[in-house]
Amino acid sequence: MADSAPDVEKYLQAQSAKSTLRFLTCGSVDDGKSTLIGRLLFDSKLIFEDQLAALEADSKRLGTQGDEIDFALLVDGLAAEREQGITIDVAYRFFATDQRKFVVADTPGHEQYTRNMATGASNADVAVILVDARKGVLTQTKRHSYIVSLFGIKQVVLAVNKMDLVDFDEAVFQAIVEDYRKFAAVLDGFEITPIPLSALAGDNVMQASQAMPWYAGVTLLEYLETVQVTEGLAEQPFRLPVQWVNRPDLDFRGFSGTIASGTVKPGDDVLILPAGTSSKVSRIVTFDGDLPSAGPRQAVTLVLEDEIDVSRGDLIGSASDPSQISDQLGVHLLWMHEEALFPGRQYYLKTGTRTVPCVVTDLKHKINVNTLETQPARKLELNEVGVGNLSLSERIVFEPYERNREIGSFILIDRQSFATVGVGLFDFSLRRAENVVWQTLSVDKAHRANIKHQQPCVIWLTGLSGSGKSTIANLLESALHDLNRHTYVLDGDNVRHGLNRDLGFTEVDRVENIRRVGETAKLMVDAGLITIVSFISPYRSERQMVRELLDEGEFIEVFVDTPLEVCEQRDTKGLYKKARAGEIENFTGIDSEYQRPENADLVLHTEAETPEDSAAALLQFLAKLGIVQA
Amino acid sequence: MASNNSDPLDLETLDLKNRTKLDVANGLTHLQQLEAESIHIMREVMAESDKPVMLYSIGKDSSVMLHLALKAFYPSKPPFPLLHVDTTWKFREMIEFRDKRVAELGLDLIVHINAEGVAQGIGPFSHGSAVHTDVMKTQGLKQALEKYGFDAAFGGARRDEEKSRAKERIFSFRNAQHRWDPKNQRPELWHIYNGRVRQGESIRVFPLSNWTELDIWQYIYQEAIPIVPLYFAKKRPVVERDGMKILVDDDRIPLATGESPREELVRFRTLGCYPLTGAISSTAADLPAIIEEMLVTRTSERQGRAIDHDESSSMEKKKQEGYF
Repeated sequence: MADSAPDVEKYLQAQSAKSTLRFLTCGSVDDGKSTLIGRLLFDSKLIFEDQLAALEADSKRLGTQGDEIDFALLVDGLAAEREQGITIDVAYRFFATDQRKFVVADTPGHEQYTRNMATGASNADVAVILVDARKGVLTQTKRHSYIVSLFGIKQVVLAVNKMDLVDFDEAVFQAIVEDYRKFAAVLDGFEITPIPLSALAGDNVMQASQAMPWYAGVTLLEYLETVQVTEGLAEQPFRLPVQWVNRPDLDFRGFSGTIASGTVKPGDDVLILPAGTSSKVSRIVTFDGDLPSAGPRQAVTLVLEDEIDVSRGDLIGSASDPSQISDQLGVHLLWMHEEALFPGRQYYLKTGTRTVPCVVTDLKHKINVNTLETQPARKLELNEVGVGNLSLSERIVFEPYERNREIGSFILIDRQSFATVGVGLFDFSLRRAENVVWQTLSVDKAHRANIKHQQPCVIWLTGLSGSGKSTIANLLESALHDLNRHTYVLDGDNVRHGLNRDLGFTEVDRVENIRRVGETAKLMVDAGLITIVSFISPYRSERQMVRELLDEGEFIEVFVDTPLEVCEQRDTKGLYKKARAGEIENFTGIDSEYQRPENADLVLHTEAETPEDSAAALLQFLAKLGIVQA
Repeated sequence: MASNNSDPLDLETLDLKNRTKLDVANGLTHLQQLEAESIHIMREVMAESDKPVMLYSIGKDSSVMLHLALKAFYPSKPPFPLLHVDTTWKFREMIEFRDKRVAELGLDLIVHINAEGVAQGIGPFSHGSAVHTDVMKTQGLKQALEKYGFDAAFGGARRDEEKSRAKERIFSFRNAQHRWDPKNQRPELWHIYNGRVRQGESIRVFPLSNWTELDIWQYIYQEAIPIVPLYFAKKRPVVERDGMKILVDDDRIPLATGESPREELVRFRTLGCYPLTGAISSTAADLPAIIEEMLVTRTSERQGRAIDHDESSSMEKKKQEGYF
């Protein structure tokens, strides 16, 4: 057999030069989709004799084509599907011609299987949308086209099937094409190639149809063999989501992952996001030796020049053109689970190699996949598409989906069952500032705290006006100062004279007021200070927001619990009087709500004790936490 | 698209010269793409599961999967053990190959044999293929996964092998009873895989899902991956059983009185339990010859396996019950 080697060698070379095209077929039960795929497999001689024998037997038993072979039976894999004659799940098929290798995602057409279609579309380069020549463009055709367009497929074949049943009439074909073009005009960048065919008889599938001499275009297979798919991934900036830290021994530390876009070579400057640390690539390591450069879809291991902290979920990317990072994102969602999506419920979001908790904060509308009309929505049911906002518990690296499918996509995972319940596409960040990469400074919070020999924190005093917050804050700061602690007090009234001068007392302004103070307090903690904040801060959600801004244990919520009557009686600044007289609006406790803390770290009852007692109790509490020595 | 041009093969509008631009743009060949995808899948499992294991069946697909694992984690060794569920009826050459390969690579190998099955004397000749496969293979696998508490197991199955596999996910979720529910699979989009499981649940992962049999052989050739010699044609003693050529691998095979094995030039397209695996007549003694034979073959590879023939959905049933 030795003489066969050169031939095989030649053959293998030809094989490796082939490109791969992944395409999706969509259409409904009766459009002849499975028949078409069966025909492609059969005509490209990928059906083996034993499969053919089983197919012939099955055709007689279950087939719909009399004694003829029913190609659909070859493709519909699951027993339930064969019995019901429908395609339920996505099936992947493989065939090859002299030009290309093909991966076909065969997807079901019914509305209740929109999620399966989306699954097939997510990895496809081209879509073949089947239309029955007798029926023309139907609701389902529009639905399939919308899903295909949503998932970023630009090249579409409008396969007008069953031409044999309309006497191969050109007018019928032209009318359908015109109808479809009119509809598809609203879909982004669709490149439509209409082909009249008969999958059953094979007309215009592989062989040009003798029955349709009026058609001068390509056959389906010619199209699939020659269509240009230019993703342009190589031209985009370099992105590698880190999958796994490769550490065989103390001498080697590499970061393994698949390149999502761009190219990389040793010496390239890179930025690690979301941390913002920078380094240079020193090696591109593979089993087959170090590479001089690597590009999209290659699975590699990068070694960096500097010993910096990089872990799974981080993104190593181009330093000159970094990705966006955000924790607030506008997205498209496709719901995939029987249990509906409700805004406010928590899910895990997985994008690339990163998993973070998230909440859909706002569902703007859903899109009727049949008419493309938007409708108001309070929840998203199985197979529904919606547009909304996501809030993540940590900042993530992302790209808009239309730019990069791999980094622009995500799945949502149920926190109890761990089922994949939804998928989505990132559209844009809701925050402008997130394009700004965080400056990593070489002296950090720990260094600053160490030099002061203290543990920085925020002591957040909340309570009604007149409850004694400022007095206690002042006494506490004096006491801490005496203990050589470095402190600062942020007082509500004082801050409103400067930083927050532009804010009023409406709910929106109060929220912004607290956000700014929270961020300021965070900077002070970063500077190593024990920061005392004395603010009414009436809303639970904003106090929670500040808590989440800070690290675990840094936020100490102290509720200065003084009954409204007592505060009003004290009325040290005469404000309650004015509020009662209607001279001040939105006054907390009078005509604006105060939400009592439910889990304050410490509650002070100033009604029954002097401010000195309260300050002493607070100091004692700080000693217990180890913030000061007892 | 219709025009007055009467030439039905008018390709003027298409740029045929640039038909391989897709490849050039990505710089990756077909096999490189498949390789990169499999490596990505393996790393994802490693990063997300607590206790992964690789099911090593010693066949050509397992050989490719192991080779990909060496690549995926290099310069680290594959950070998980190999598990071989030994039915005690494997070809002797398979066991020799297994032990040699594992020793060469310095990997951890767990061999599990269903002791209850052995105690009951279960075997393909005495109990038939269905009982034997269920007890020694399916039950044996479940025992092993439970015994060691593996929450993710790599398998070498491919989607082109069989119709129900064409619809199985790459990350295939199994409940605490190891059952696969084909109607309730986790959606799998892009290259985002959800490998999260609760206590007792597990995932089976198929990194070779998108490879075809021809891809496997091409890759073995390209990468010079060692495989069991049974894949190459050689004179071997065989007997006829149910229309299959069965290798007389040891003296446990019952011979009819007066029956004696014939020496025939045969090889195997798949490997399993020797009494259930049919040999094919072939002269293909090296990889180019095997590939050449593949290209002209008209019989799919699963035909050599006795367990698929009972009924056309038999594989789907076995998988629901926990067969790999």
